[in-house]
Amino acid sequence: MTDPTFATRPDPARAAERDRDLKLLLAVLLALLGVTMTAIYALALNAGAAPRLADLALARVPQTGVDNPVTAVLLNYRAYDTLMELAVLLAALLGIWSLGPAPAGFQRSGPVLAGMVSWVVPLLIVAGGYMLWVGGYAPGGAFQAGALLGAAGVIVRLAGDPQAGLPGEAAQRWLLVLGVLVFTLVGLGLMLFGAGFLTYPPKLAKWLILLIESAATLAIGVALAAAYVGGRPTATSPLDPRPSAQPK
Amino acid sequence: MTQLVLLLLFDAVLLITLLGLALAAVLSPEPRRAVMLFIAFGLWLALVWARLHAPDVALAEAAIGAGLGGALMLAAARRAARARRQDAEAEP
Repeated sequence: MTDPTFATRPDPARAAERDRDLKLLLAVLLALLGVTMTAIYALALNAGAAPRLADLALARVPQTGVDNPVTAVLLNYRAYDTLMELAVLLAALLGIWSLGPAPAGFQRSGPVLAGMVSWVVPLLIVAGGYMLWVGGYAPGGAFQAGALLGAAGVIVRLAGDPQAGLPGEAAQRWLLVLGVLVFTLVGLGLMLFGAGFLTYPPKLAKWLILLIESAATLAIGVALAAAYVGGRPTATSPLDPRPSAQPK
Repeated sequence: MTQLVLLLLFDAVLLITLLGLALAAVLSPEPRRAVMLFIAFGLWLALVWARLHAPDVALAEAAIGAGLGGALMLAAARRAARARRQDAEAEP
């Protein structure tokens, strides 16, 4: 072995012994973790009906601008978390892009699949819009809507478009940062008007949340579809030799 | 009473299948097979969330966890297999 940590211990018997000790230690630690978690679970079960944060949060839902408690938590009470989630998604896509240019796409679909795609993709886009709107008062919201848009992109790429139906690289970059950008601008704007960062005034809350969610939906959809493409877009390069970039 | 027992039975089947799918996905040696089992696991988990009266989480799990995550992992498995094949060709 060339590993320097093992170079000082050439004896295989001692290495095996150490290996066994490590496994034993791991088992003991895991057992302790299991006991602790069971104890916490039992404590939580027996805690009874003490006053909890949920009651307070539910009572204030009418002031958040939305009727769906889940959306209220995601975009009002804990808007910071959602902003960070969008930033994480953006960082993940930057990681994928840093791996290199996108691999070549699939072969062009035949007429049957192309016909199905031309039905399913508009349906997915409409369903995404519905999901975004319905999130205000029923299960739904920006992430689910964005996932539907991303699924439309995956289908378009599977059907033969190497760019998954996305626009050129410059437009893609703007769409990708749109979620974080609008979110942050709304937060900073609210700070200018005296409220805290992302503390919406109740009268405007609904429209601000809808604005943020619309931008987030677009950004999430583009990010997921671009992640499926799996690399930096290359279609904007005039030197691109891919055959599908040429007109038939 | 029978309704309660039936529901309990349904929940038990849900949970046991979920654990079985999770174990099968983790223990599967072949990446492609593991990803397919993971997608099945995600869809099953969406059912469990719906049973727990959490439709928001169920929707997100089905759309993002099973659907898009599965598609991304299938693409990654395909690329990994291609890279392995190229390495094997370059070796001898």
